[in-house]
Amino acid sequence: MAALETSPGPNLRSRSAALGGVVPPIWLLLVAGAAGLLVGSLRSSVFAQLTVQGLALGAVYGSLALALVLVYRATRVVNFAQGELAMATTYVAWQLIQWGLSYWEAFFATLAIAFVLGTVLEVVLVRPVQHRSVIAAVIVTVGLFILVDGIVNWIWGAEFKFMPSPFGTKIYHVGGVSIARLYPGMLAVVAISVVLVWALFRFTKLGLGMRAAAFRPAESALVGVRVDWMLAIGWGLATVLGAVAGLMAEPSQLLLEPTLMQPILVYAFAAAVLGGLDSPGGAVVGGLVIGVSLNLIVQYVPSITSELQAPFAFAVLVAVLLLKPSGLFGHREVRRV
Amino acid sequence: MTALLELEDVEARYGPVHALHGISLSVEEGSVVAVLGPNGAGKTTTLRSVSGTVRRSGRIAFAGRPIDRLGPDGVARLGVAHVPEGRGTFSELTVWENLRLGAYTRRGSIDPELERVFSYFPWLSERRKQQAGTLSGGEQQTLALARAFVHRPRLLLLDEPSLGLAPVLVAELFRIVRELNEREGLTVLVVEQNAHLALQAADAGYVLEAGQVALSGTSDELRADDSVRRSYLGY
Amino acid sequence: MRRRLPAIASLLAVAGLLSALPFLLSAYNVSLAAQVGIFFIAVLGLNILTGYTGQISIGHGAFMAIGGYTTAVMSQDHHTNLVVTMLMAFAICFVLGLILGLPALRLSGVYLALATFALAVSVPQLPLKWSKFLGGRDGVQTSKTVSHVWLYGAAWTASAILFALAWLILRGRVGRAFRAVRDSEIAAVASGIELPVYKTLAFGISAAYAGVAGSLFVLATNGFAAPDEFGIVLSLQLLVGAAVAGLGSLWGVLAGAAFVGLLPAVSSSVPLIGSNHGRDVVFGAAVILVMLLLPGGFAGLLARLRRFAGA
Repeated sequence: MAALETSPGPNLRSRSAALGGVVPPIWLLLVAGAAGLLVGSLRSSVFAQLTVQGLALGAVYGSLALALVLVYRATRVVNFAQGELAMATTYVAWQLIQWGLSYWEAFFATLAIAFVLGTVLEVVLVRPVQHRSVIAAVIVTVGLFILVDGIVNWIWGAEFKFMPSPFGTKIYHVGGVSIARLYPGMLAVVAISVVLVWALFRFTKLGLGMRAAAFRPAESALVGVRVDWMLAIGWGLATVLGAVAGLMAEPSQLLLEPTLMQPILVYAFAAAVLGGLDSPGGAVVGGLVIGVSLNLIVQYVPSITSELQAPFAFAVLVAVLLLKPSGLFGHREVRRV
Repeated sequence: MTALLELEDVEARYGPVHALHGISLSVEEGSVVAVLGPNGAGKTTTLRSVSGTVRRSGRIAFAGRPIDRLGPDGVARLGVAHVPEGRGTFSELTVWENLRLGAYTRRGSIDPELERVFSYFPWLSERRKQQAGTLSGGEQQTLALARAFVHRPRLLLLDEPSLGLAPVLVAELFRIVRELNEREGLTVLVVEQNAHLALQAADAGYVLEAGQVALSGTSDELRADDSVRRSYLGY
Repeated sequence: MRRRLPAIASLLAVAGLLSALPFLLSAYNVSLAAQVGIFFIAVLGLNILTGYTGQISIGHGAFMAIGGYTTAVMSQDHHTNLVVTMLMAFAICFVLGLILGLPALRLSGVYLALATFALAVSVPQLPLKWSKFLGGRDGVQTSKTVSHVWLYGAAWTASAILFALAWLILRGRVGRAFRAVRDSEIAAVASGIELPVYKTLAFGISAAYAGVAGSLFVLATNGFAAPDEFGIVLSLQLLVGAAVAGLGSLWGVLAGAAFVGLLPAVSSSVPLIGSNHGRDVVFGAAVILVMLLLPGGFAGLLARLRRFAGA
């Protein structure tokens, strides 16, 4: 046996070599940023409020970004309809509440519906086009965008609908800063969902199978993993995360209408690219960064008004694509000729 | 006595290209069988036909059951472990996760198998958190074997285990395969370019040429055969 | 020459039909036909980029916006002749397309799709920011409006000219270079084709076409250019048109333009569907079905039919 125990140093070619010397600077930047936020919050209550709100919104963006990343990792498709699906599932929740369910009953029922919807979509729409060109996959999700948008408008109309917030209107007062219960509530719900999904991937056999199927479908099949089921479940989970994003986005707007998720999709794209399209952790971090940055910048930089949030987020996206396409935490090299 | 694995008139193709033109072979339970032949003869394709990772037709039976319609996951669930060319390592995952994946189709605890595997390869236990892609070639090959073993298969399909390994390592590898066969009763079908080592470890063999079986027999018979000696053993 | 006969004959037939249409159709249908012509130009340009050169873009609505605003602003502020503004739109968008094509050199696949998506969403927001020059939310109005017949004539004349131009470009060295880039960038480089030149050129040309289409588009909406007219859906429609056309075929472009230009209008008049939103449902479903069932688009269908006919 001894002859096969070669290579004395197991970590000579360790993983961080792939990231090069970039890892320390990124973590330093993030820590520095967090410290800055803390200091600012202590000094100004407006700053603190904006930060908390930014984090809560950022959590929503991160949740949708995470959905995008899950889908991309599993099926190498960018789902342009992810936001509209999130919006549609939010309408489903609204309808369930209209039919008499309590908020949280509707919430969980919606998550279940979202899961089924996601798996069905993967089987019906994505499987046929997955291995064809990028353009085909993009157009199918674009068509889905238009279709879902149309269906929602058709069934429920474009007028605003009122949906009760599960967090009530209570406002906490912490050291001179007023924080609506809404924001920690949003953060908590998203955080719990993300952690649960993470735990699923990290600690369960199913999660391992899903990761294996996403990375190496051929080898996974050989060990008995049902790759097609894994991809479908991946889409199901992604749609659930999108539903969480939609359900948590709504209370912050108070009113439900069909364009709810359109700007958020923009921010989610920026967050996903910033974090790295194949990095789930990056998507969440990216979301938080974008959420807080947008909130602070709109307040403190006069020339960037709130209409320019979307273009600003996209400027970030394009900058990342040009400077470091694999994002802050991603691994894959964008093919260059 | 029915053999554990039986192929009868199996054809296989990659798109329009036919790689196997009617292969028949059988593998007795508890034996080690080698598949030899030049490049392009269809050796890898033969293994792929068994594990269901190529389009094939003809009769394939495992422990009496026909498996020619099953996909790879179905075949794996029946107790066939296929270690492909290139080892099939999940480079992005850790050593431990690779092992865990090996036993994917098994229900319940796999601790006894893990213990056995760690007793054969203690270093696997020490390095279980290491990312599999950072292992050396020999270590990955061992990991692949260990992964297959955790599956507790009845049949192990081994494709070109010696590829890219130093001769010393290859000899060791075949020794382990032989040991697994004798101690654990593992049936092995191994495709190998290194005919010498393969025939040493095997009880019987098939020589493939251009998608068909050219020769077959026990390893002694094959070693004594003139054409085999000249073409594959070099003397 | 003999082989070309069917193609020339069909061209003449189409030209004849197009000339006759204004006299045969109602005003509403003439403006619909004009709209198909506008989409024809834009989809033709996009097809050069996506179908022939293999670069995806979900952002050409932005170039339509730029072209449209060029026409509106020049007409409103300087009373420039409308046709002249269309030429200006062509030139400005060509240059901008070249410039914007430069960063696109480094991207491909989904990354390029995302970046062009960014373009499509961001550019229409700019008039809101620079409302002094560009009219803000209220938009910009041309000094003259045009009749639907004029629009029809302009749209299809421009289509004919630009179609001929595209045909000339694509049959020559440039076209071959484009196709080489699409089929294998590595092989293209190995054959000495300078990727940056041809990729940016494709961007420029497609942007110029979209610019002209944008000018006509503004004229079609009563000479009114506003941010809401150029939302992301426009870019999506262009890409869908190019895909339905079948990437890499000039003839399919007509089918693609008709699909995008007519289907929404036609489906909203079907009683069952009725509203605007019903039409979106039909359109979305149709797009998905076409992509799933007709992978090669209309051009693929044509090719299959030709093979079937044993040509």
